[in-house]
Amino acid sequence: MDAFYQEKVDEIIGRYQGQEGFLIQLLLDLQGELHWIPREVISHLSERLAVPKSQIYRIASFYKAINLTPVGRHMIQVCMGTACQVRGAQKVLDYAASKLDIGPEETTPDLAFSLRKVNCLGCCSMGPVMTVDGEYHGGVTLEGTEKVLKDLR
Amino acid sequence: MSRVASVGDLELLRETLRSRRDAKRSREPWIAVCAGTGCLALGAKKVIDAFRGELRRRGLGTEVVLKETGCPGFCEKGPIVVVYPEGVHYIKVDPADVPEIVEETIVKGRLIDRLLYVDPVTGGRDVHEEEIPFYKHQTRVLINKNIKIDPKNIDDYISEGGYSALSRALSSMTPQEVVDEVKSSGLRGRGGGGFPTGLKWESARKAEGSPKYVIVNCDEGDPGAFMDRALMEGNPHSVLEGLIIGAYAIGSVEGFIYVRAEYPLAVENARVSISQAREYGLLGEDILGSGFNFDVRLHRGAGAFVSGESTALMNAIEGKVGEPKPKYVHTSERGLWSRPSLLNNVETWANIPLIINMGADWFSSIGTERSKGTKIFSLVGKVNNTGLVEVPMGMTLREIIFDIGGGIPGGKRVKGVQTGGPSGGIIPEGHLDTPVDFDELTRLGSMMGSGSIIVLDEDTCAVDLARYFVDFLCDESCGKCVPCREGLRQMRDILSDIVAGRGKGEDLEVLREIAHLMKAASLCALGRTAANPVLSTIRYFKDEYLAHIEDQRCPALVCEGLISYFIRPDLCIACGICERNCPEGAISEAEVGKGEDTFMVIDQSRCSRCGICFHVCPSKVMAVARTSGRSAPQQLP
Repeated sequence: MDAFYQEKVDEIIGRYQGQEGFLIQLLLDLQGELHWIPREVISHLSERLAVPKSQIYRIASFYKAINLTPVGRHMIQVCMGTACQVRGAQKVLDYAASKLDIGPEETTPDLAFSLRKVNCLGCCSMGPVMTVDGEYHGGVTLEGTEKVLKDLR
Repeated sequence: MSRVASVGDLELLRETLRSRRDAKRSREPWIAVCAGTGCLALGAKKVIDAFRGELRRRGLGTEVVLKETGCPGFCEKGPIVVVYPEGVHYIKVDPADVPEIVEETIVKGRLIDRLLYVDPVTGGRDVHEEEIPFYKHQTRVLINKNIKIDPKNIDDYISEGGYSALSRALSSMTPQEVVDEVKSSGLRGRGGGGFPTGLKWESARKAEGSPKYVIVNCDEGDPGAFMDRALMEGNPHSVLEGLIIGAYAIGSVEGFIYVRAEYPLAVENARVSISQAREYGLLGEDILGSGFNFDVRLHRGAGAFVSGESTALMNAIEGKVGEPKPKYVHTSERGLWSRPSLLNNVETWANIPLIINMGADWFSSIGTERSKGTKIFSLVGKVNNTGLVEVPMGMTLREIIFDIGGGIPGGKRVKGVQTGGPSGGIIPEGHLDTPVDFDELTRLGSMMGSGSIIVLDEDTCAVDLARYFVDFLCDESCGKCVPCREGLRQMRDILSDIVAGRGKGEDLEVLREIAHLMKAASLCALGRTAANPVLSTIRYFKDEYLAHIEDQRCPALVCEGLISYFIRPDLCIACGICERNCPEGAISEAEVGKGEDTFMVIDQSRCSRCGICFHVCPSKVMAVARTSGRSAPQQLP
């Protein structure tokens, strides 16, 4: 395994010494640092923690916040909560998808963009809401979406 | 920070903080900028940076205090800035306004009219929070302090009276007295079901087993609800104080705060509040010299709606997949690691310090016969003043939407409200005078849920909304039990057919049958309530279903498959925006004779009915028209 991964994984395991039920927290930390969890990291985790790989995969595939495939350099999330939905979130999502030429939950082949649907970010007052690399944009229009995507290119 | 070792120490600290604060405030104004996720999304960070730069430039950096506060709820008009001591309430503040605010309001004490709220009825300008109709009609006991507190600073909470309920409970009440107080307050769980909180506490207190756990559920998954986010982000110590009191009442030594992954700021502020409380000795051993030991761990959720269910959440804390378990035994008796566990929602915990301080009698004097206290609602959707509103239980939907929410934008008609998230239902316009409490909403086929009120206008299609919720739940069902997993899939298939114009006569009957089965046989509340959006829309909007099924017509012009788009030659200016944006290449310029005005046409055989042309057509032109239930008019010139 890549030395960089190995070092990261070991450092993160060290944070949770002796705590019960830390596996999800550990995967979230890894997700935060690596943006996705490669296969070899799961093998290494399984050895270090003496937890079967199947159990780690079961958790990693259940939760939406954990990615098992690489994500793009720019992460576009479109909120699909009810308040955004009644204010046209589906149109924003469809438009972003057509501009990026990928579907929701997909990544462009050049690994530049990932597009995600997300269930309610809790800023329902300013729907439709979109986050771009963690930054929130409220009251999103199709024009605004086009501009945001153009600025990132 | 030094440890606060006793009740006396805490009072001394509070006095010191208050006199230091008041001495400073009597000399200098101070500025509160809302730094909740809502205002941050609207650019509050830039406003804060601009204030910091401007104050430093003028040499006021140390004199004028700038606070990044919690969310006061008026998200529609963010970023919100309040200048104290006067309490001047500015809305929609842009970084460019900042030098003027400092010069005029801070230095000269004058108002800037254009940043004040304009009353849409009288046209007058409201200076203070108390005068603005959005706030005026509320009863704010839970979120009133958010705008005055920097959530990352425990001293702010203490000087506003924080942790006095804890010191009162620890020094002058027995654990049983605390439970009795909560019981007689009539508080019911704010997370959804409305179970009496006191009874839950009582059963956790009586349960045998050790250690016992207390848990904060901040996995606010209902789309459209964000009151828990605002409390956890804006006043985390109020939740923590409630939790410590609960731990004392049931005899717990360890607690958990579970926050969903989609709320990074709430995670951060919860983390900071725990570590500050620990430094002061409000968590740890021998809290306030009472001999009571208690500590808290933070657990981040990882993105799964079903994990907000109590047994699923406990599985997740144990590091397992967050799926529900059958509740043969209440979690208050056998919960986390099979030990007695007391789980309450964020807003429920935040009510506890108020009940201890002000008394059960005060609390139960607010609200209706069987629903006591206030409730924070997120008022969103097609309403003018969106945001968080805190009102006494029993206020009517009409008062909430029109007196506080300022009515529907664009002069449209209100069609109904959706409450209770995906487990709730849609209440039609005719029932808007219903007082909002746990039992009334259930009677109407919806529920309180965590308190989202999503206002729908005539442009919302009831069938499509039901399909949206079923689709949402289909993705979020964990798949463990068959009635929920398969029932939702069948309902989704049927509803998708109906909105695409492929509905069949027997569909409504089949939907009702599936709904009945899911209610009776699903493992957890997700499945048992999943059919509510479908049942309530069939109950109140049956004619809309029939229009879709029998006439292939969507009255609200929402369902893409049933809409045809065409361009009106008399309005079109042939700017070409629709042509450039059409993903199917279905739009082109019409061939017209010499000297005639040109316009665009849609090739109906290539049109995928996505509606992008309708949305990109400039609002001054609006040449793209929609029709449903019949085909678009022939458009050859």
